[in-house]
This record gives sequence, C-alpha cells and structure tokens, in this order.
Amino acid sequence: MSDVLQVQGLKKHFTVTKGFPKPVTTIVRAVDGVDFAVQPAEAFGLVGESGCGKSTVARAALRLIEPDAGIVRFGDTDVLAARGGALRRLRRRMQIVFQDPYSSLNPRRTIGRTLAEPLGVHGIARGRAARDQAGALLAEVGLPETALDRYPHEFSGGQRQRIGIARALALQPELIVADEPVSALDVSVQAQVLLLLRELQARRGLAFVFVSHDLGVVRWFCARVAVMYLGRIVEQGPVAEVFARPRHPYTRMLRDASPIPDPSQRGVLPRVVGEIPSAAAPPPGCHFHPRCPRATERCKQEYPGWSNPDGHGFACHHPEG
Amino acid sequence: MTAAALPASSPAAPLAPQRARSPRQLALRRFLGRPVAVAGLLVIIAFIAIAVAAPLLAPYSPTATSWSAIRKAPSFAHWMGTDENGRDVLSRIIFGARASMLAGVVSVLIAGGIGVPTGLLAGFAGGWTDTILSRIVDAMLACPFLILAIALAAFLGPDLTNAMIAIGVSTAPRFMRVARAATLDAASNEYVEAARALGNPPWRVALRHVLPNIVPPVLVQGTLAIAAAIIAEASLSFLGLGQQPPAPSWGSMLNAAQRFLSQAPWLAIFPGLAIFLVVLSFNLVGDGLRDALDPRRR
Repeated sequence: MSDVLQVQGLKKHFTVTKGFPKPVTTIVRAVDGVDFAVQPAEAFGLVGESGCGKSTVARAALRLIEPDAGIVRFGDTDVLAARGGALRRLRRRMQIVFQDPYSSLNPRRTIGRTLAEPLGVHGIARGRAARDQAGALLAEVGLPETALDRYPHEFSGGQRQRIGIARALALQPELIVADEPVSALDVSVQAQVLLLLRELQARRGLAFVFVSHDLGVVRWFCARVAVMYLGRIVEQGPVAEVFARPRHPYTRMLRDASPIPDPSQRGVLPRVVGEIPSAAAPPPGCHFHPRCPRATERCKQEYPGWSNPDGHGFACHHPEG
Repeated sequence: MTAAALPASSPAAPLAPQRARSPRQLALRRFLGRPVAVAGLLVIIAFIAIAVAAPLLAPYSPTATSWSAIRKAPSFAHWMGTDENGRDVLSRIIFGARASMLAGVVSVLIAGGIGVPTGLLAGFAGGWTDTILSRIVDAMLACPFLILAIALAAFLGPDLTNAMIAIGVSTAPRFMRVARAATLDAASNEYVEAARALGNPPWRVALRHVLPNIVPPVLVQGTLAIAAAIIAEASLSFLGLGQQPPAPSWGSMLNAAQRFLSQAPWLAIFPGLAIFLVVLSFNLVGDGLRDALDPRRR
C-alpha cells in the first residue's frame, strides 16, 4: 500500500460511571468504527458537527489517546503496537497542530526553547545548532528570528499558530494532523495561516489530516474529505464531488447550512432540523434518521452498509443523486 | 508596546527591540506594585535578619537568669521587661524568632517535599494511583490539622525537630491537594499534549512541562502555610511539645506568661505581638503573590 496513513475499524469508547448509591455506567461511543486512508502529500479533510468524534479520531491516529479497537498503520508500521523507541521514531514522522494557539505553547518557555525541544528529544541538534534550526523554522513560517527570545504572551493568536506550526515542522514529519488549526483565528488571519499551510504542503510534500467544521476551509484546502456523524464516517470522497453532489442527506444538510460568500446567491438558509444526538445513546438503525428528510422504516431498523461505487462512498439506504 | 500589539496582518513585521519579559518578571513587577504585600515582605526579611543575627542583636543571653530582676516591667535596661526567672524578654524574643522562622520554613519544606510529588503523580497518572493517593489524603484531612500535628508530635517526642516533622506531615495533604488540582489544570493544556506528540516520555512531560506550571499555586500555598506552621509551632511549644526550655520560643513564652497575665502582661504581649506580626506578614505576602501570579490577571 502506498498510503501514508491507514485507519481501519478505529473505535474509542469512553465509559462514564456516575451516581450514588447506585452507579450508572454509560458508554459514550465517541468513535465507532472509522476507516480511511491518506496518501502521501495529500490533504485529507475530516468534517462534522461538534462532538462527532473527529478530534478523537485525529488523536487516536497519533496515539495521543489509546483507541479501544482498530488498526492504524503509518507507512509499514503498526502505530498501535509501537513501544518505546519505535513509538518515538514514529512520533518524529507525524506531528500535530492544535486548535487553541493560547494553550498550545508553554507560557514559561521562550519560543527558542519550545522550538529546540523536539530537536533535543530526538538528538538532532542541541545548543547553538538547535537555535539556528529554530531560527530557520521561524523564517519558514514567516516570523523574524528575534522572536526566539520572546515568550508566547508577546504574540498574537495568528503568530502563535505559526509558532505551533513551526514546532510541528521541526522534526520534518511526513504527516501533520491539524486539529481545527484556524477555527480560533480571525477570518483575515485564517487566510494567511491556510496559505502558509498550503505552501508548506507543496514545498515539503506533507500529507495532512485536516480536522475542521468549516466546510469552506476544507473545500479550499483538502483533496478528499470524510464526513463524520456520531462517531462514524457517513460519506467520503473527493472534495469537489462530495460537496457538489452529496449522496448522504447529512452531507447535504451540512453543505446547505454553510453560507456561500456571494450576494447573488443570497437565499434563505434551510433550517437545520434537530440536534446531534448524544453519542451515549445513539438512535437505533441509521444514526441520522431522526433528522433525515428521506428516512423510512428501514432506516430506523438497520444501520446502512458502506457502498462505494466510484471512489465516492456513503452509508445510506436512500442516497441522493 | 509589545509584539502582541502588532497588527496580525503583518506577521513578519519587526518585533519591538525590547528585552523579553518572562512570565516570572511580569509577576515580580505586579507583586512590587502592591505596597501592602511589599511591606509584609520587608517585615519578614527583618525577622529573618533578626533570627540570623540574634547573638549580635540580643542585649542579654536569652537563658541568663537574674534573681534581682524577676518580672520587672519594661524599662531602659530591659525594653520588654523580664520574665519569672529574670530573663530578658527582648533577648528571648530575638532568639525565639529562630525557632519560629525555622519551624515555619522547614515544616513547609517537608510538607511540600511530600505533597508536591504525590500531587503531581496523582494528577498526572490519574486512574488507580490518583484514587488511592486521594483517599489517603481525604482520610488525613478528615482529622483537624492541629489535632493531627499534636498527636504526631506527642508520638515522636517533645523536641523542636519532631515538632517540625509533625507539622510538616500534617500540612502535606494540603500541598498534595493544591499540586494535584494545579496538575490537572496544567495537564489539560495543549502544550502538554504537544510535548507528548514530540516524543517526550511521560516523566519528562510531567517534570519539564507540568511541574513549572504548577509552581505559582504551590508557592502561594507555601507562603500561607508558613504562617499556619508558625502558629502551629507556637501552639505545640505552648503545650510543651515543641521547643524545650530553657531555649526560647514564642509559643513556650506565651505558655509561661499565662500564669502572670494580670501581674506581668508584658510577658504575653510581646511574644504575642511577634507571632501576630510575622503571621500577618506571611499572609499578606501570600495574598500578594496570589494576585501577582493569578493567570486570570495576565
């Protein structure tokens, strides 16, 4: 397989035990069987509403949390079986960029120390050499070298996000998992950071797993996209295909709810019916049926299987288009 | 003023050529902006100086008795009067500062030495480790602090060192609680996750990334705990479980003074005042530190 990252049947359940004197245990199926693969230098999007499990998938793929079941392969390596030195070598090849630029940098460390840390951990460079590399990383993300001796609180959100990106680049990874990398930023800054990410992708041949709830951003940045609903992927395919001709009613709902920045297209946004149900008590059958305009008796009984006729797959009994 | 004020649309704009200010320097600046806290700090420094230079400052020996000067009221010869054995009260207070300061600092170091590592471990490891450690701490906190300290001191034997150990062990659960809560808070930051993603082993994430960020609340707790420890030492000495006679301690001086409260009030007033001043100062400094280090004020 030429995939850089391959995820199969990934599951992560959280158990919550609450109550006295009779404790009640609920199982939250945050991720309930997710399959996808990312090719080298490809930007793969993962979209869905808040709480659908997309960040959990991202973290489980990096093994920042331990999934309960499934396979994660990075190149030829089994990520979930790696220990000690093997895991550390894997970490070098895949990195993460976080959502919140205010909590992703250690406030007590200078930028120089933050950027030199990964180089030290992996024995790449220390001291003067590490500082030079850190300066080069800053230049690569468009910040001056004078930033090395400064502390995170002296930077704006957009600048901090650039520093977070520089830290992820320090180990020259093949894959970057970006967990909502621009959703905490102002729109004008979002554009700059996205341009930077795309430039880095082209220059370094990076593969991305791009987690976002913003369809516009995903449409622009990603080549392929997977739409998640309640811990499962409901539709997956090339971005243009999926958003132009959604097959799953949920994807259609998401697309129609996302505004089009063109006054001539002005119209009434369709009302989104209902809310995302709790992952602790998902509806029987197709998880989406309580909100679905096309739902039938069958949808209430059985979860639809995955069909993939032409590289644009979906899980629906009554697909559109 | 600083880089944060630059327009975000010019990420490559030159940063102001100003010396970088670390969070520590910023906190120090805020602390110095609080006159009350600074006054408390000065009083503490003065008492530490008194304790260190006691032999130079004391006009008499703290243990020298004089049958010709028993329970004399304050005068020019004895500024704070003399006690029931004719010993100079001022000299005894000056030397008593040693016992109090030592007891305050050493017992808090013991408490922090036990409480901070266990709190860090409980908060960072979670799961069963956390449950077991937290239940032990709950059990210790169920017993009133002073009762626990008295029981431990009585068990170890009456002696200043044992009193410090007893106070330290009894205070440790509070440090564990504070350190655990601060660890949970700090560990939820994304930079901790980033440190793991970079390949740091868990112990290094805990020591290099979490520990430095739990220092502020622990420092505040430590300062306030010194005040409590000084009172506890005075209480134990008052009960005869701390500093042993004839060596002076503010607590044992108060104990001796109670029999003569109506005839010789200066025996109680001056040690009481000393305790009051030191404890108040530590509390003021603790409050000032809390305000200066509070992240919500950043």
